[in-house]
Amino acid sequence: MSDAARIAEEARRADIRTRWWLTAPALFILFIAAVGPLFVVLLFSLMVKGDYGDVKYWQFSTDGWFSVFFERDIFDDTVGLAQAHMEILWRSVKLSLITTLLTLLVGFPTAYYISIQPPKKRDLLVFMITIPFWTNILIRTFAMQEVIRNEGVINTLLIWAGFIERPIQIMYTDWAIFFGMVYVYLPLMVLPLYASMEKIDFRLVEAGYDLYAGRFQVLRRVIIPLVKPGIVAGSILVFIPSLGAYVTPRVLGGGKNLMLGNLIDLQFGQGKNWPLGAALSITLLVIVTVALLVYVRNASRQGGGHGH
Amino acid sequence: MATKLRTFDVKAQPGFGTVAMICFFMLYLPIAILVIYAFNAGENIAIWEGLSLRWFVSAWHNDTVQEAAFRSLFLATVASTIATVVAAMAAIATTRTPPYRGLTFKYAMINQPLMVPEIVTAVSLLIVFSRFKVWTGYNGLGYMVLAHTAFCIPFAYLPIRARLENMDLTLERAAADLYATPWQAFRRVTLPLLVPGIIAGFMLAFVISLDDVVITEFVKSGGQETLPTYMLGQLRRTVTPEINAIATVFLALSVLLVTLFYLVNRKKT
Amino acid sequence: MASAASAIDARGVSKVFKGAGQDEVRALDNVSVAIRENEFFTLLGPSGCGKTTLLRLIAGFDFPTEGEILLHGENIALLPPYKRPVNTVFQNYALFPHMTVGQNIAFGLEMLGKPRDEINARVTEMLKLVRMEDLRDRRTSQISGGQQQRVALARALAPRPKVLLLDEPLSALDYKLRKDMQIELKRLQHDTGITFIFVTHDQEEALTMSDRIAVMSKGKILQVGAPHDIYVRPADRFVANFIGETNFLVGRIASEKAGKAKVELAAGGTLSADAPDRGAPRGSEVTIVVRPENATLVPSGKGDIAGVVENVVYFGTDTHVHLKLADGSQFIVRQQNATLASDDYKPGQKAGIAVAPGTPRILKD
Repeated sequence: MSDAARIAEEARRADIRTRWWLTAPALFILFIAAVGPLFVVLLFSLMVKGDYGDVKYWQFSTDGWFSVFFERDIFDDTVGLAQAHMEILWRSVKLSLITTLLTLLVGFPTAYYISIQPPKKRDLLVFMITIPFWTNILIRTFAMQEVIRNEGVINTLLIWAGFIERPIQIMYTDWAIFFGMVYVYLPLMVLPLYASMEKIDFRLVEAGYDLYAGRFQVLRRVIIPLVKPGIVAGSILVFIPSLGAYVTPRVLGGGKNLMLGNLIDLQFGQGKNWPLGAALSITLLVIVTVALLVYVRNASRQGGGHGH
Repeated sequence: MATKLRTFDVKAQPGFGTVAMICFFMLYLPIAILVIYAFNAGENIAIWEGLSLRWFVSAWHNDTVQEAAFRSLFLATVASTIATVVAAMAAIATTRTPPYRGLTFKYAMINQPLMVPEIVTAVSLLIVFSRFKVWTGYNGLGYMVLAHTAFCIPFAYLPIRARLENMDLTLERAAADLYATPWQAFRRVTLPLLVPGIIAGFMLAFVISLDDVVITEFVKSGGQETLPTYMLGQLRRTVTPEINAIATVFLALSVLLVTLFYLVNRKKT
Repeated sequence: MASAASAIDARGVSKVFKGAGQDEVRALDNVSVAIRENEFFTLLGPSGCGKTTLLRLIAGFDFPTEGEILLHGENIALLPPYKRPVNTVFQNYALFPHMTVGQNIAFGLEMLGKPRDEINARVTEMLKLVRMEDLRDRRTSQISGGQQQRVALARALAPRPKVLLLDEPLSALDYKLRKDMQIELKRLQHDTGITFIFVTHDQEEALTMSDRIAVMSKGKILQVGAPHDIYVRPADRFVANFIGETNFLVGRIASEKAGKAKVELAAGGTLSADAPDRGAPRGSEVTIVVRPENATLVPSGKGDIAGVVENVVYFGTDTHVHLKLADGSQFIVRQQNATLASDDYKPGQKAGIAVAPGTPRILKD
């Protein structure tokens, strides 16, 4: 090997070494306060539950995982599906899907409308979407509570207009969680949709009209296929946090209508069943990871340029 | 819009404007109500009894609120500062290089907090830190600083990385050509050009830390309420407009930070 | 040739880049060239020929896989860029956007640790040299492309480098400005007495500005010489083709005497041509180059070669007449419009081609 090649190789090695030193502090912090603890959760899901919370260390058991899905009858010891857990899991998935769908239905026209405005107005509207996006989720949930409470705007207005005599109970129902989540996650849908709509080449739309397509056909055959990556990104961005939602169902669901996040919380609180809580956490993580993988595959296929 | 001469607008789609208006109305109506009731004179958050600043005053004199607010600000400042420093170093180390072994691992590590549901992170930290608390006997704010720093890292990292990737590599080459050693080139050329990205990263991290509820709720020890966890606790009790007042101030702070963020990001690109 | 008097002396330089997988790209292949003190030297070639790679090796942004690069006799091939007394004018100028014009020019001097007074004096001097005295405190984003070009020059010249490298610095400028800058560069080189190594793919630019040109292709230097030399006596087909327009005629050597050969053309007729350094044997097949401006059209039956007009292209100052020869090859004649009326020749018409004596040249293939 020539001197030059040796020196170049040494320089490359030194460069990579420096790059590792520079990343070390970030990796260290992330290891002890983000990635590492996840492995501990996995470990805890496989241990025997302690009597007052916590676990019995190094006593392994699959009870935690077992009780995610099944329950043993106290009297005859028969094994059945864990009814309560299934119900909560189903509610989480159902509410998350409906939330995703509704935010898409509202977010799509909104993002499109923003993207066709003149630059100044467009910037202002995007900014107006961004403000709620960066506002504390608790504040936004609280604001929603103000609207749907029995003494809130909706009920007051309906009573005033004479449609109803007594307030409709919205708080502490699935509806409340649903309203809250749509409200809280709407900006997460609009922003990625807008990002892909901003790039629409309107000459393609013109070509669509030129080739005798109507408004709806242009929307369905030209615009929607063009912004599909944005639709997928927005849906994932709404679906994932909805599934793991904690604050919104806790405040608006009132502790009765649990979602997966609250069920997990419960195991570490009153439930005192850490292995179950850990197993539920891993379950949630797996569902989210699968959703992300679907997104990544979809995105890379779109990136291949052989879309529609 | 509706002129006498109706021309065909290629971009328009029927009804989309209406939906957009409804969307903005829906987004801002609850916030507006929240803010309006913060100025309510009455005890009850449902009944309007006239304009007053009494709840802002009462929140200001509420020791618990004051303490929580200062704790929130302290936490956000410390965590986002550390996060920005380590994220900047990591961004420099993971950009503008041919792929090397471990690079993908680094990306995965840094972006991990963005991909894991908050409740899962919260629970995992509860498990780990509760052990640490027993072993070390230390119950202080350090755990919260650590947790906040970790989830702030990707938010600080992203704008800095974007800034680095858009930076012209020949500038550093030009510096080296003009007798600047690698350190001088970094100090005199790279770093000054990186400043807007670093400010943006810091501000994002700051807002994210300030807003966090779930992870803080699980990591905090007794008497370590932050403003969001204090509010979460209050919402379960009978609420007075004091909470609206606190939320309004909080909201104003967020809006201010986001606006600043936009201005910083726009000017320097 | 390679003596201590050379500013840059590259000896057997190769540069191999590792491509995807096992692929290797030989960007420079055993290149040797000596560039003299105070010379305006141009590396000319199409993109991908290795000219920029050679420049980067001299600047120190890359290191040669093999070979030495001597600067005044000292091997600098493995020194980092900040230890080489060589400065570069970048293609996109690479001016520091966070500094003023003056700060940009002062940068190199500051890095060299020069005292403040000296730096100030030198910056003033450089601004005067590039005629930009009033713009010292402007941001680099507030000045025009041509002005940025001058700042880049001033910045690179300020530390008085032994050699100034220019990487296609005029390519971003529009035509008029580029012409002005060509003259300006030439003046700067003359005034400062610094060796300039200029990289370009524009043959016209190379011919106008250079003392000497090295024509490169596929990682090799094909010919080094003064512009006139290269134009009149191209070493091979590539050089002949790359620089200016050329007609290639195929033929066999009928006789040879004292560097002059009589060649029987495949297209009919014979031409007397300058033979290459070593005489080719009788009967061997050769290619002759004839520049379009060295041929004139004469009435059919006269001249050295016969052809049929295919196309007449009007260029303002002159007209290009494309002809087809008997062997099917193409021949272009360039005639000044002062000597040719536009409708003298029409497609389909037979014509004779007279070649100016002494101008045809046999290529070594």
